[in-house]
Amino acid sequence: MPIYSKEIIKHFKNPKNVGKIKKPSGWGQAGNIVCGDIMTIYLKIGENKKGEKIIEDVKFETLGCVVAIANTSLLTTMVKGKKLEDVLKIKKDDLIKRLGQPLPPFKIHCSVLAVDALKEAIYDYYLKNKLEISEDLEKEHRRITKTKEELEKRYKGFQAFEKEILK
Amino acid sequence: MTKESRKIYRAHKDLCASVYLDYAATTPVDPRVVKAMLPYFSEKFGNTMSLHSFGQEAKQALEESREIVANLIKAKPEEIIFTSSATESNNLALKGIAFANKDKGRHLIISSIEHPCIIESAEWLKTQGFEVTKLKVDKYGLVNPEDVKNAIKKETILVSVMHANNEIGTIEPIEEIGKICKEKRVYFHTDAAQSFGKIPIDVNKMNIDLLSASSHKLYGPKGAACLFIKEGVKITPLLHGGGHETGLRSSTVNVPAIVGFAEATRICEREMKKEAQREIKLRDKLINGVLKKIEGSHLNGEPKKRLPNNINFSFPGIEGESLIMQLDFLGIAASTGSACSSEKLEPSHVLLAIGLKPEQAHGSLRLSLGRWTKEKDIDYVLEVLPKVVKRLREISPFKR
Repeated sequence: MPIYSKEIIKHFKNPKNVGKIKKPSGWGQAGNIVCGDIMTIYLKIGENKKGEKIIEDVKFETLGCVVAIANTSLLTTMVKGKKLEDVLKIKKDDLIKRLGQPLPPFKIHCSVLAVDALKEAIYDYYLKNKLEISEDLEKEHRRITKTKEELEKRYKGFQAFEKEILK
Repeated sequence: MTKESRKIYRAHKDLCASVYLDYAATTPVDPRVVKAMLPYFSEKFGNTMSLHSFGQEAKQALEESREIVANLIKAKPEEIIFTSSATESNNLALKGIAFANKDKGRHLIISSIEHPCIIESAEWLKTQGFEVTKLKVDKYGLVNPEDVKNAIKKETILVSVMHANNEIGTIEPIEEIGKICKEKRVYFHTDAAQSFGKIPIDVNKMNIDLLSASSHKLYGPKGAACLFIKEGVKITPLLHGGGHETGLRSSTVNVPAIVGFAEATRICEREMKKEAQREIKLRDKLINGVLKKIEGSHLNGEPKKRLPNNINFSFPGIEGESLIMQLDFLGIAASTGSACSSEKLEPSHVLLAIGLKPEQAHGSLRLSLGRWTKEKDIDYVLEVLPKVVKRLREISPFKR
């Protein structure tokens, strides 16, 4: 049996919604302290006919492995056009289920990344627009920020290295 | 994959449906080796310990194989013990020396870029009351012989430094290290799994007391390997039983695999010089091409003191497992030191030891060439790799 399901390979080969949104309504970044992957998600928020907030457009960028790329691609296809309150309910297990064949245990952590970055993007949108932020989301934001700070410390060295070898 | 890449792949599909560039992981068995092995499965199937003619036939094949393998490294046949893998050879070298010489001392020295089977054996010996010094390496992965000299103390019984590194291809100064060990009267072991049959080895000139090598890295079958143990070296076996291999490795002898190992060794000995020159030319073409074509790319390991077939790059801004999979879709087989590709989720200890940060090891790629690598394969990689890296960098938030 191959390591990855057809669904993962499909999204990895042709990831959907790759790129940036200029002047996004909100954007978020999450990092994975376990393996060093980095994920950025950009959102354009709009309203449906009932006046509820929905995700009009979503794009992502990642420095990551096969599962990280495939998962984020899948997640972006799941949330486009959806209400923000529903999107916030998505858990990493929902993603894993949709990917078909079970992931190798040491790859589970890669699935958290996409969900975290999306939460951060929504948080950013709420903050910018001075909307009410639930206690749960606030808690999640604090957790994600903490891991990100640790990663940034690492990546400072990374950018210095890039500059050095470009000389 | 992008439309463009698919087009390139189709164009090259007939030429090179599969470009295998992972010879450092394992090699296909040479058809000449297969031919030499075949009689030893059903026809000459005897047990080397049997007294009848079937047994004698097998025993003769075993001893002839021993001679061929010994010849390659200028050893005596009786100094070669056949084992099942380089891992077994390395375990026997470390644990066998440690337990046989613990009255002299309980201190071992290894380098920090050894294969896991050396590092883990040393770690286990620590739990058995031994002390281990891990030597640092420089940014190319070179061990400084002076460090070896300074690390040796009265209790030291063994120094183990690999001949050539499996990930970055750096060739260690083992002749100098061997000389120091001889002066200090400490046993010197070297893991030659990657270099045996590829570059010259002379155990006398290099003052080597123990040396490990494996058949499947030199176009022989898996399941055969050897440990050279210099005459007079005090060592204790790991496997006790019927007393095979002069009592140092009991187990019914795997004659077909050992015959294959010997035939593979014979071919390597004959073709080594020419093959090394050929591979170096291809290697340097690929290295120079990639460094020129891919912005920010960096060669890991010593540029010159390097195995003829090893290439190891870092590409900042991308992740190795994604790179390997993309290359696989295009018919190229390679390997990486990225944390994402290992079940332990740790970046390669070798890349960290030469000073790379975890995220630099993240975007590493090892390409190892071999007997069937052609120039058109190299050209294909030079065409495809920059596009794959570019594509992954487009997905990455770290743009150049």
